Amino acid sequence: MNRLGFLAPTALIGAILVVWQVACAVLHTPEYLLPPPTAIASALAHNAPKLALSAWRTLAMALEALVAASVFAGLLALMVTLSRTLDQAVRPLAVALQVTPVVAIAPLFVIWAGVDHPDRAIIALAAIVAFFPIFSGTVRGLTSADPDLERLFDLYGARPLQRLTRLRLPSALPFIVEGHKVASGLAIIGAVVAEFVAGSGGAEGLAWRILEAGNRLRTAEMFAAIVTLALMAAVVHVLFQALEKRALVWWRGR
Amino acid sequence: MSSVASLKAVEVVYPGRGQALGPFDLALAEGEIVSLVGPSGCGKSTALRLLAGLEGPTRGEVRRAAGRGETSVVFQSPTLAPWLSATANVALPLELSGVARQEARASAKAALGRVGLAAAVDARPAQLSGGMAMRASLARALVTGPKLLLLDEPFAALDEITRRALADDLLAIWREARPAIVFVTHNVEEAVYMASRVIVMSPGPGRSAGETVIDAPVPRPHGFRTTALFRNAAEEISERLASATRAAA
Repeated sequence: MNRLGFLAPTALIGAILVVWQVACAVLHTPEYLLPPPTAIASALAHNAPKLALSAWRTLAMALEALVAASVFAGLLALMVTLSRTLDQAVRPLAVALQVTPVVAIAPLFVIWAGVDHPDRAIIALAAIVAFFPIFSGTVRGLTSADPDLERLFDLYGARPLQRLTRLRLPSALPFIVEGHKVASGLAIIGAVVAEFVAGSGGAEGLAWRILEAGNRLRTAEMFAAIVTLALMAAVVHVLFQALEKRALVWWRGR
Repeated sequence: MSSVASLKAVEVVYPGRGQALGPFDLALAEGEIVSLVGPSGCGKSTALRLLAGLEGPTRGEVRRAAGRGETSVVFQSPTLAPWLSATANVALPLELSGVARQEARASAKAALGRVGLAAAVDARPAQLSGGMAMRASLARALVTGPKLLLLDEPFAALDEITRRALADDLLAIWREARPAIVFVTHNVEEAVYMASRVIVMSPGPGRSAGETVIDAPVPRPHGFRTTALFRNAAEEISERLASATRAAA
């Protein structure tokens, strides 16, 4: 990143924080309505261990969901590209699952998982949200090999398994990686949304912190949890972006 | 000499798009180089795909060198797998037919050496220039020791200096292994330079509009492009091409 690329957003955020702080002081806004940045900072500092633990809970559930989604979406994508009938059978279901808001189906999963295991419902829901980008990316990748290379494989008399492992899977790699990058962000969103719906129970993720602070009108703590969530999601995004870049460098050879 | 491959009264009709080729005849003697020249849509690439066995004729008879690795194709783009090194790309046809990896890679390196890429055996396609990538593609076509080499406008995307160098190198390689070559191009001078026989094709549907024999040694002697033989042949083919295209339009 160049200097300006770092300086410009830093300056903007700094300016917003200063205006926010001054506005709170001048307008005497009550802290439960809009706490000044300094109050949020102190809430962050005081609750740091608790927030870190909650962030880890949410992140762990999102990552478990991502792994589950990756396995199922990858296998299903593979099966779908091998059988046209299966593709036609699965597509409408996959689309229906994708367009249905996760909030709407969350209560069902909470019931199925049972009150004692809200984490299971959360992981399942986050996995459903993360499923689609991996599935569609993998399908697209597996069917997007260079047609001339496909012809050469015909000419060389390649067996179906050779075609899969030596042409289609390697061709699909950039699409698969991109699917996972998108899915990682969605898994976190899915986990948080599911936590909201699952409510308290045994879950202690970031959404639960936000809910709890909200119920007690501790708005600064609410903000602190939101900031933690944003930071965590940003870190995950940056990590997956770096991973994608490295994978592409390996794939393209430069 | 016996023929390596032939098309007898072949016709190709694509449903909904009408007849693309034929009736068209072509017989290739062993070690012969034939250029197919014509405007786009004249069926020259279709004829090539028939010889490669990548598609079948609607009518007529295709006889081809059908053994493993006996027919090789080079496309207009190098068509290399970006995730594989030059060596791995060239070794691919051998490895797919069950040759042990080490042996295949050794043959691949030798083939890369023959096309002048000995220094780039570990390079990835993205690190090769257009001309080098095409050389690697040629090495992959040669590595199986084909009897028939099908080239579909292989130099079309290259600059003039690179395509001339590649044309000479290709003819030098031909002299060693002597595969029959079908060279598809829309460039008349290139067609004359490469082949002992140039067939002009006319579009709608693709047919032969006549052929010209180029009776000159291969590889071409220095200054071949300035000889009367080259000029006259190019002129004859250009005129035939022009009238064939006019007739179709």
